[in-house]
Amino acid sequence: MSKRPLRIVIAKAGLDGHDRGAKVIARALRDAGMEVIYTGLFQSPEQIVRTAIQEDADGIGLSILSGAHMTLFPLVVDQLKAQDGDIVFFGGGTIPPEDAAALKKAGVRAIFTPGAPLAEIVDFVERECGRRRELVG
Amino acid sequence: MIERPSGLGAQANPEFEEQKQRWDRASAKGKSRKGPGSGAVDRTISDVPLKTVYGPEDVAHLDLARDLAWPGEFPYTRGIHPNGYRDRLWTMRQFAGFGTAKQTNERYHFLLEQGQHGLSVAFDMPTLMGYDSDAPQALGEVGKCGVAIDSLADMEVLFDGIDMGDITTSMTINGPAAIAVAQYIAAAEKKGIPRAKLGGTIQADILKEYIAQKEWIFPPRPHMRVIVDMIQFCTREMPKWNTISISGYHIREAGSTAAQELAFTLADGFAYVEACVEAGMDVDAFAPRLSYFFNSHVDFFEEIAKFRAARRIYARHMRDRFGAKNPKSWQLRFHTQTAGCSATAQQPENNIVRVAFEAMAAVLGGTQSLHTNSMDEVLALPTEKSVEIALRTQQVLAYETNVTNVVDPLGGSYYVEALTDEMERQAEAYFTQIAEYGGVVEAIEAGFFQKEIAEASYRYQRSIESKDRVIVGVNAFVRDGEQVAMDLLKITQEMEREQARSVQAVRENRDGAAVQRTLERLQVACRDPKDNLMPHLIDCVNAYCTEGEIVEAMVTVYGRYTERSVF
Repeated sequence: MSKRPLRIVIAKAGLDGHDRGAKVIARALRDAGMEVIYTGLFQSPEQIVRTAIQEDADGIGLSILSGAHMTLFPLVVDQLKAQDGDIVFFGGGTIPPEDAAALKKAGVRAIFTPGAPLAEIVDFVERECGRRRELVG
Repeated sequence: MIERPSGLGAQANPEFEEQKQRWDRASAKGKSRKGPGSGAVDRTISDVPLKTVYGPEDVAHLDLARDLAWPGEFPYTRGIHPNGYRDRLWTMRQFAGFGTAKQTNERYHFLLEQGQHGLSVAFDMPTLMGYDSDAPQALGEVGKCGVAIDSLADMEVLFDGIDMGDITTSMTINGPAAIAVAQYIAAAEKKGIPRAKLGGTIQADILKEYIAQKEWIFPPRPHMRVIVDMIQFCTREMPKWNTISISGYHIREAGSTAAQELAFTLADGFAYVEACVEAGMDVDAFAPRLSYFFNSHVDFFEEIAKFRAARRIYARHMRDRFGAKNPKSWQLRFHTQTAGCSATAQQPENNIVRVAFEAMAAVLGGTQSLHTNSMDEVLALPTEKSVEIALRTQQVLAYETNVTNVVDPLGGSYYVEALTDEMERQAEAYFTQIAEYGGVVEAIEAGFFQKEIAEASYRYQRSIESKDRVIVGVNAFVRDGEQVAMDLLKITQEMEREQARSVQAVRENRDGAAVQRTLERLQVACRDPKDNLMPHLIDCVNAYCTEGEIVEAMVTVYGRYTERSVF
């Protein structure tokens, strides 16, 4: 089994400039020993998935606080299906519970809303991305 | 006799000294509290160290005349009006906008009927970033966190049935601010209301976009030129218009501390003053129309100290550094909004209580206008019901609590004065650091502000994780198996298609030659720093050029900004 740390892409999509959450998560994952690639703002779903594949990432975390989550999350899911289906895709932001449930059905592995403890997010990423790493090697 | 300045701790008093010694001994015997929140009893929410109690020695260095004065007197620590809220209450101004101009217009009529004083326009992301509703970049964002305004046609609908000469309007837009002002002027003039009669505020604070909010279009230097042109034009032609609203709100929301919010905002303000002076304007001609916008977070006394310090610092710099002579140029006037980032998605009804405390801090700090957040804004745009509760919160504060009867009621409090002084000290230290970079634009280019904010935000999150700080309903007092059951406002996908069709219809039904001509003239003006851009923008707007077209025309001259991200 490879010893290299998990590699995670933290992404911001669309026109949403709220990057506080994305940066805090990026820091927390890095402090937990992972390699984090932060895409910066205003990325398209294609760019995000392309970055993840180029960087050989184990997971993608997408943060949206502008209300465009029902459009942008499914587009990333579609891109992932077309490219490399097993990258763990999760996200967060101002997302009402109903929408979070719908997104999980559509293939987003987890949605974290404001107030979610960092420890819970770190655990999730370690567990799910770690499992993927064992399978993929 | 000990020589003392005219500070609050003036006379020596032996009995008082004995009492102090007894208190010291009694206090030392205390047992440290255990349990939730006990890790942060000695620091403000922004990590400013706190003493158990404050006394005369903490304010002995203050000079009553130099540092406090009376309300309405330099340096305005105690407020800019001699009678505070006795003469005039703050303006209750709820920020609103969603979906189409028609939907938002209906909300405005509702708010005005409920007794609100002024309007405040929230634009959607594509409008804020300079894209039309049918642009590929706008996909999924149209009407979501504000109203979509693509052209003059939408601005006309937005103010349908509203007397633009009678109300004041605040518009929260920055990158395309000059275009929004042009649209507002054009919409009013079509109704026969001259621009000189228009009252309101345009945010137009581009520096904090690079620092915190990230809704930029052009790089900082050309963007500053657009802003200075707008300030110059509005100063000349719109005497009742606040030409810019220099904003700390978004800096705080991005995770800064109170002192950073204070320092970075005032540094931005001074950068605009410098730019206008460099463009040849007299400081007293434009400074009285500059306005500020702060956040009110949940650490009650720290916020009050921040507002009081802001007034004092501003007055000193405007008089002593920029040589302003008109007292109106020394007076910092500000709008406040309660902290969106203090609201929680868990037990959202608790947000009503947080908002009430934050609103009271803003009022005790002497705000000129106030927006109270709605309890559901952490989940979605607010419903009519939750907006009403937020407005009622202000009305209870204004009419029931009696906190409005005495000006600056916390003035002279050992604690509040010491904390006000500490805020000023921290802000001045930041000004020195910014000056070492060569100024605000240079510090932005070096990523200084961005890094400071990211650090503070991470530190704050850590203190919540460790439960040093308690957030009720989030890391303490959590109910098991809790489900949020609230009606939330939904913006449909159909709305996006409708708005896209509407902007396409505008493009089909206008004089194409006029569009071409006005856009070309605008580009020529963009290349000529001596030609004020505003009249050209008004021409473009009147020809029904869309916002996206105008921005694209300017981008071909100025380029688009890209950020080097730090975390």
